Amino acid sequence: MSKRIGLEASHAAAEAARMADVDVIAAYPITPQTHIPERLAEMVADGELNAAYMPVESEHSAMSACLGAAAVGARTFTATGGPGLEYMHNVLYVASSMRLPVIMTVANRALSAPLSIWGDHSDAMGSRDTGWIQVFCQNSQEAFDMTLWAFRVGEAPGVLFPVMVHLDGFHLTHVTEPVILPEQEEVDRFLPRFHYPFVLDPDKPTTHGAFGPPDIYSETKMAQEMALRKSKTVIIQGFEEFGDIFGRYYHPVEPYRTEEAKTLLLTMGSFSETAKIAIDIKQNKRESVGLINLRLWRPFPLEELRQAVKNAEILIVFDRCISFGGPGGPVSSEIRSALYNHKERPRVVSFIGGLGGRDMSVEDFEYVIDRGREVAEKGSQELFETVGIRGEVTDIRE
Amino acid sequence: MKEKFIKFGKNLVTTEEFVAEGHSFCSGCGEVLALRLACKALGRNVIIANATGCIEVCTSPLPVTSWRVPWMHTLFENVAATVSGIEAGLKILREKGRIPERDIKCVAVAGDGGTSDIGIQALSGAFERNHDFLYLCFDNEAYMNTGIQRSSATPYGASTTTAPAGKFSIGQTTWKKNMAEIAVAHNIPYVATACPSYPFDLMNKVKKGGEVKGPAYVHIFSPCPTGWRHASDLAIEIGRLAVETGIFPLYEVENGRYKLNVDRSKLKPVEEYLKLQGRFRHLLGEEIEKIQEHVNEEYAKLKAKVAALPA
Repeated sequence: MSKRIGLEASHAAAEAARMADVDVIAAYPITPQTHIPERLAEMVADGELNAAYMPVESEHSAMSACLGAAAVGARTFTATGGPGLEYMHNVLYVASSMRLPVIMTVANRALSAPLSIWGDHSDAMGSRDTGWIQVFCQNSQEAFDMTLWAFRVGEAPGVLFPVMVHLDGFHLTHVTEPVILPEQEEVDRFLPRFHYPFVLDPDKPTTHGAFGPPDIYSETKMAQEMALRKSKTVIIQGFEEFGDIFGRYYHPVEPYRTEEAKTLLLTMGSFSETAKIAIDIKQNKRESVGLINLRLWRPFPLEELRQAVKNAEILIVFDRCISFGGPGGPVSSEIRSALYNHKERPRVVSFIGGLGGRDMSVEDFEYVIDRGREVAEKGSQELFETVGIRGEVTDIRE
Repeated sequence: MKEKFIKFGKNLVTTEEFVAEGHSFCSGCGEVLALRLACKALGRNVIIANATGCIEVCTSPLPVTSWRVPWMHTLFENVAATVSGIEAGLKILREKGRIPERDIKCVAVAGDGGTSDIGIQALSGAFERNHDFLYLCFDNEAYMNTGIQRSSATPYGASTTTAPAGKFSIGQTTWKKNMAEIAVAHNIPYVATACPSYPFDLMNKVKKGGEVKGPAYVHIFSPCPTGWRHASDLAIEIGRLAVETGIFPLYEVENGRYKLNVDRSKLKPVEEYLKLQGRFRHLLGEEIEKIQEHVNEEYAKLKAKVAALPA
C-alpha cells in the first residue's frame, strides 16, 4: 500500500532518489538546495540507502564526478541551484553531449549580484541551451514524481540524456505538503535497472569524449539535437506509464480550465498553483480566462503548445527572469517564436515578476491577467510588463 | 593471449603498446614517451581520465583514437573530480554486486596547467576525499597545447608567449610551483617525481602509484622541444640534465617518508641545462646565478627532509 505523509519537497526529491536506489550522489551544498543532499547523507549514514555519497568541494566537481560515475554505469544523482548551477555550467554541456544520464534537482535560485539566496528562474534560463531534458514542478508530490520519472526517461536506452527537475527555491523546496509515496515494488516496476551501453570497461576499451575537428563537430551536434527532439516520444510515454502505475498523469503542456477561454496565462513551476486560484476567481466572475502550466521546458513542446493556445486570442506569459537587453522574458520570447509562423495565434504579452524571492499573490496574478488583456487590446510598444516591482519603469522601448 | 616482455638488465617491459602509433605529438616530444612508459607500467587493467591538453588532443581526434584502454575526456579543469566519480562508481557497483570484483586502476592524466593551475581545486578535493586513484601530471612547464603560454609550473626566467622576455622583462618572474610538495601536504600515501630519461624509475613509480590503496601522485617532467625550443633529439638529455643539476630531483614520498632516487654527490651547474634551451637564451650571468642559488636552496631543503624523514 502506498502511504500519504507530510513531506518537504526537498525531502520528496531525496526520497525519490532513495527509492530509485541511486548508486552515486555527488553534491555541494547551496541554499536553497541543502535539504536534498542533507537528507540523502542521512539516508546513507543510517543505511536506508546504499550509495556512494561524495561530498565534493564544488558544484563544478559535483557534476564532473557525476560524469565519471555515470560512465561506469552507476545511477547518478545530484542537486544544486542558482550560482551552483552556473558554476557547473561548462560541465552541463558535457553531460548531455556525452549522453550521460545524470539526474539533477535544481532548487531554482536568483543569480548574484546583489546576492540573493531566494528563488527565481534566472538559473534555469541560463541553463536553457545545455541539452538537458528539463521539467518544472508545482508541488511536493511532483517533486517526488518528476524525480522518479527523470531516472526512467533519462536512462532509457533510446534517450540517454541528463534530466533537470526544477523546484522553485523556498516557495517549493521548503514547503511541507502531503505526498503519496508508492511501494518499492511499484517503483521497481516503473524503473528498470540502469544499463549504460557504453561503460568504461578494460575488457572492451572505448574512447569517450574525443575532440571534434571542424569536419565532424557540426554532425555530432546535429545528431545530439535530433536525439533530444526524438526523446519527446519517450518523455510522453514515461508520463503515461507513470500514470498507469501511480495514478497521476502528467503532460508536457497542462491546460487548466482553458475551455473556450479567450485569454490564457502561462506559468511554470510552483507559481502555477497560485495562478490557478486567480483563474478560479476570474471564472467565477465569468471572465474567459484559463491557465497553461508549462511542465516540459526542454525539449520544448512546440506542437503541444500550439494546440493548447490555438483558440485563444491573448496569451500572457509570466517569466521569473530578465533576459537583459533582450526582447522580453525568455519564456515569452520563445513562445512568440514558436507561434510566429502560425496563422492562427494569440497575441503574446510578456510579464516579468517574482524575481529573487519576491512573492506573487493571487491578486498579483489577477492584475497580470487584467493588465495583460488591456495591453493586448490597446496595443503597447513596451517589450514587457512588470508586476510587483516598485518605482516607475521608464520607457524601455527600442 | 600471453603477454610478451623485453628484458632490460633486471627490468622486464611489456611489448604491448596501450597508446597506439599514429598520434599527432610533435617529433622529439618527451611527454608522449613518458606516457607510453607509464601506460606500459599500468597495463591493461585501467580506466584513464584525461584532462584537456596535449595528450588529449594528440590522441583523440574524432573519429579515430590512439587509446587501447578505456579512456574518458570531459574538460580541462575537472579530471580529478571525474576520476573520483569513476572510482566511486566502480566501488559501489562492486559492493552492490552489479559488476564483478576486480581491481581496476583509476588513473587521471593531466598537464601542468590542468594540475597546478585550473585543476588544483578538484585535485585537492579528490586527495582529501581519499579516493583510490593515481594522478599523473605530465609537466612540460607551460600551456603548450594552446601555444606556450606561461603556467604556475613555468620556471623562473623562461620566456613564454604570455610572459615573454623583452627589454623590460626576463620572462617568467615567479618560481615554479612545487606541485609534488602540495600533494605531500595532503598526507596521501604516495607521491613521486619522475622523468622519462630514467625510464625504469618512471615505470616503477607509476606501477607503485597504481598499486597503492588511496590517492597517489606522480609528477612527470616532460621535455617539450616545441615550447622549450631545444633540438628534437635532446629530450632525454635535457631530462637527465634537469635531474643532474638538481633542477628536477627524482624522489618519492611514501607515507610521509622521503627517498631521493638519484642522489649525486655534486650537482652539475644549472647553466648546462639552461643553455640547451631557447626559452632561457636571453638570461644573463646574474640571472643564471640567481637560478643556481634557488636550486641549491631547494635541493638542500629536500635533502633535509630526506634526512629528517627517511624512508
